[in-house]
Amino acid sequence: MTDTLTGTTDRTAIRPGTIGDSPVRPDGIEKVQGTYEFSSDLSADGCLFGATLRSPHPSARIVSIDVSAAWKISGVEAVITADDVPGQATYGLISQDQPVFASDVVRYVGEPVAAVAAIDPETARRALAANDVTYEVLQPLLDPEVAIAGGHDPIHPDGNLIRHQRIVHGDTSATGPIVIEGTYEIGMQDQAFLGLEAAIAHPDQGADGVELHVATQWLHEDRKQIAACLGFSEDKVRLVLGGVGGAFGAREDISLQVHSCLLALRLGRPVRMAYSRAESFLGHVHRHPATIWMRHHADADGRLVNVEARFVFDGGAYASTSSAVLINGITMTPGPYRCDNGTVDGFAVRTNHLPCGAMRGFGAVQACFAYESQMDRIAAAAGITAEEVRLLNAMRTGDTLLTGQPVLNVAPVEECIRETAALPLPDEPVGGHARADGSPDAMKLPGGAGRTADAGDIVRGIGWGVSIKNLMYSENFDDYSTARCRLADGVATLKFATAEVGQGFITIAGQIARTVLGVDDVVLDTIDTTIGSAGSTSASRQTWMSGGAVDAACRAARERLFEAVGAAHGIEPVRLMIDGTDVIDTSGDLRVPVAEASAGLDIDETVEYHHPKTDDLDENGQGNCHTAFAFVAHRAVVDVDPELGLVKVVQIATAQDVGNALNPLSVTGQIEGGIAQGLGLALMEEIIQVDGVIRNPNFTDYLLPTFLDMPPVVATLIEQPDPHAPLGAKGVGEPPCISSTPAIVAAIRDALRQAGVEKPLNRVPVRPSDICL
Amino acid sequence: MTVAVPTSLDDAVRLLGEHPDAMLLSGGTDAMVEINDGHRRPDDLVIALNRVTDLRSWRHDPATGLVTIGAGVTYTELMQPPIADLLPALAEASRTVGSPQIRNAGTLGGNLGTCSPAGDGLPVLSALDADVRLVSATGERTISVHDLMVGVKRTSLEPGEIIADIVLQARDGWQGYAKVGVRNAMVIAVASACLAVDSSQQRVAIALGSVGPTIIRCTDAEQQLAAAVDWSTGTVGPEALSEFGGLVSAASTPITDHRSSADYRRHAVGILGARLGRRAFTVQGDSQ
Amino acid sequence: MNNQIFTLRVNGADHDVADSWLGESLLDVLRDRIGMMGSKGACTQGECGSCSVIVDGSLVCSCLVMAATAVDQEIVTIEGVAPVGAPSDVQRAFVDAGAVQCGFCTPGLIMAVHDLLERTPEPSDTEIREELAGNVCRCTGYGRIIDAVQQVSVARTTMAEGAR
Repeated sequence: MTDTLTGTTDRTAIRPGTIGDSPVRPDGIEKVQGTYEFSSDLSADGCLFGATLRSPHPSARIVSIDVSAAWKISGVEAVITADDVPGQATYGLISQDQPVFASDVVRYVGEPVAAVAAIDPETARRALAANDVTYEVLQPLLDPEVAIAGGHDPIHPDGNLIRHQRIVHGDTSATGPIVIEGTYEIGMQDQAFLGLEAAIAHPDQGADGVELHVATQWLHEDRKQIAACLGFSEDKVRLVLGGVGGAFGAREDISLQVHSCLLALRLGRPVRMAYSRAESFLGHVHRHPATIWMRHHADADGRLVNVEARFVFDGGAYASTSSAVLINGITMTPGPYRCDNGTVDGFAVRTNHLPCGAMRGFGAVQACFAYESQMDRIAAAAGITAEEVRLLNAMRTGDTLLTGQPVLNVAPVEECIRETAALPLPDEPVGGHARADGSPDAMKLPGGAGRTADAGDIVRGIGWGVSIKNLMYSENFDDYSTARCRLADGVATLKFATAEVGQGFITIAGQIARTVLGVDDVVLDTIDTTIGSAGSTSASRQTWMSGGAVDAACRAARERLFEAVGAAHGIEPVRLMIDGTDVIDTSGDLRVPVAEASAGLDIDETVEYHHPKTDDLDENGQGNCHTAFAFVAHRAVVDVDPELGLVKVVQIATAQDVGNALNPLSVTGQIEGGIAQGLGLALMEEIIQVDGVIRNPNFTDYLLPTFLDMPPVVATLIEQPDPHAPLGAKGVGEPPCISSTPAIVAAIRDALRQAGVEKPLNRVPVRPSDICL
Repeated sequence: MTVAVPTSLDDAVRLLGEHPDAMLLSGGTDAMVEINDGHRRPDDLVIALNRVTDLRSWRHDPATGLVTIGAGVTYTELMQPPIADLLPALAEASRTVGSPQIRNAGTLGGNLGTCSPAGDGLPVLSALDADVRLVSATGERTISVHDLMVGVKRTSLEPGEIIADIVLQARDGWQGYAKVGVRNAMVIAVASACLAVDSSQQRVAIALGSVGPTIIRCTDAEQQLAAAVDWSTGTVGPEALSEFGGLVSAASTPITDHRSSADYRRHAVGILGARLGRRAFTVQGDSQ
Repeated sequence: MNNQIFTLRVNGADHDVADSWLGESLLDVLRDRIGMMGSKGACTQGECGSCSVIVDGSLVCSCLVMAATAVDQEIVTIEGVAPVGAPSDVQRAFVDAGAVQCGFCTPGLIMAVHDLLERTPEPSDTEIREELAGNVCRCTGYGRIIDAVQQVSVARTTMAEGAR
């Protein structure tokens, strides 16, 4: 925890509230007092309540939809189906393959078929139940291998293969004395943000436009898709960010946005929609389940020579971002390690499972579980430790990926490993220190309050995970960000469309402005679409991209300020700089407080920040497709009950490549929070579908880590400012959840080895039965 | 629908007599989940029992050793001494229920009324051969908990009857509860077991949760262990303990569902049995 | 209670509740009928703790309380913890310690932490974890929350010692 959080930057001379300090969140007080408005808290006079009718079948032909009974219920104001979509019938992030409402066939359990609006939620629910949809049930496509093999009729006009990509690099026949082969499976994880999907749509007078307040990750992309479906030009659709209760990728796709706008426009009244937890499991995309085969070739010392891999991502019924998830996964095949040769075959396929798309880690999570499991087996074969095999192969700046792309960023993989190893191991023995009265503390043992074990039943293990994550979007996508800075009377007002989802961009935006402009007071304007796009709050990109945009806008405003001060004092603006909260002349005595210098000015600068262009991959998977990279190491200590298969994670140590920690407290929060999600995937989190039907769409059976599951985290921030990053700062959100998962699983394998048991544990989440049966 | 909040058992029973289809609501931790999900929709009368003072207390008669627990006593209350010292297995089981919020609201009577095979209090009541007093407008009867629990979420409660209290004998001898879940807190049992030793009678009782349609008593295992124990020293051989675990497993009739597999449940409950036995007695040859 | 109106006593004030379906949870009534939006709902099963309130001195999940059964009870919600703009020590510590990210779990946690520290002024790390296990946070991984709880505990103890 913070007592062991270490970093490499001296923070003693930092002005409060600026870069490098950890000022509090601007929305913090509202959030702790319960006055912060989440999108589910929004209402309006006379608003109606929308609800969605969903398919009960994974695959079926819609024979008829009879909504007449719903209309007869008093208080029902609208019932809409596919026939009521005035614009484009489908939407989607990369390809627009998902219907607003299913009309001919349904392709997953939970697919929207109709929506209703009523005077209260209860009436809306009754209206849903009154709708009569006749289905002709079809044989669902549930096996991704069948989809690849062409063994099932297309379940969508776009076909069953969403994307196939090969990577062929170097001497693909290279081999060595060590050859390790394994197949790994990753279950379907849910983002499980706490703040459920919610929005309120306000129609314009005359219903020729709409304003939507919604919890989302990317206002402008939502607007583009909504406007197309409504048949409006984009300027007729205004989006305002409603308070977002977590996102983690699940809000990158459209859920209730189009439905609520359609209902509001139809009725000329505001319409509120809010999902229940059960509906949320059906209403957003999930982390792709994947099956990954890998064969590593290494020399006798454990140095990688060649890697072969085959990835299969189950995209579910609609494409969402599957094609990008696939590319992230396959391009990370060797992990953060040098490997000159490789052959990778990657498939993202369509099935009648729940649609999958973005979740924190985005393809890199799946790849990492496979390659890190392999690295441990290579170490064993070479007779070296888990730490040694990783140090031996650790990538450095200038090394190339299997795509041929050189890694030009700071790449402190070795430092991440060494600094993680230097962190103290837990000082508590199995079961914790004896309590004052000598009694055992059940909460310190696997099984917790269940009192399943005594200390003598438990073995402790240690495991490693190291990972690489690409930052920002890839493959020739210009995910720019826009920011506006106004400066007057010592107050900076920032405007951007960057979705604040809890990660704390609004905190660092103010820090950047205070640092660049020397102001203390920063006002944050509403986050909405009245400014250009900020891109998505995803891909660990907003610190870099929107941080870069805010930085650039503030620098532009500072230029105007220097021009004004220079003109007033007859000084060349280039001689001026900001020192603390003053404008000073670097070659003279002038020192004017920024508040004074900006008095009466009305400086207003808007800047777009673009990262360097990236390339598409060619048919051999070659090309500089990624923008930048970050690295992290994790070491897990776990206590395992080999007979019952129960696990308690005792400690996670981590050293993360953060570039420059703009707000160390926020970075710590991202590290600990990301590790908790990685722990969840390792041990408990999985959406279970049987015959295409989800069996655990609730928090009783979709288990999230609690206070008693999450161990203390000891962390070191590796601060080597990246020359390619506008503020030297890398995104920090995703890496924590990528290699924490394989580290925990490796630690379980290690513990079992101490108990004389060898288990492959090649599937996450690891179930108790995988350990003990 | 209407909601009644009686404060006496007489009022509650009278109301139920007048409205035999009324829904009884104790702590709400089971029923409200079903109502919130729309799986259950009371449209007549709901009788809330959380303010019935007769149900909210427990008492211990030192002369007879009987502990009488009102159906409305919460898990939080069962975790506190002195009742936790009288019935330590019930305290341990209570500590595994949900979260503090759930334990503050959930009641032992509600646990029995729901009668889920995963109900954490139920293996304890079974192992301790609890009696349950049922009260209705026309009278009352006391039945064994074994006769009350008849299936998955099914009891032999008659219409008009309210679970009033649970009567247990405080025993001389070790007792404990263990429960397997996939999470270290706030989890529904995948398998659970309560073992209770009656030193004066030289008997052992073990009851299993989540491994059958309702709570299972393992008479074969109980007899085997009681016979294997050296009661003069309180010791038992390691082989006898593992045989006990095997008999416990054999008594289970688990299913496979989204929470776990039948194979795992059968295996785990045997391990729990053996470990509880190890805690109850000194294992011969064990230097610990 | 045979009519459709009942009265709840929330944060010391009476609120008449009309037009509600009597099976509604206390959480829904607080939010949708009384207009107190501070309590949050994320699961409707008592699994997340976001809706935690105090009823007659006990911390409970308001989603599992049938509102109409809470008549004549003292209900305290997040709105009753401290006046707007004058946060409690626990609330202040959450902000300062970085225990808040998206903030959706936060009101429920504030209720649970106040309740914990009332009963156990100097909780150990394990006690904090066990007592707060019913409050799920998806953003923070809990580390900063534990830090906030410990800060308040230390500050209160120091203040109590200073007063002696």
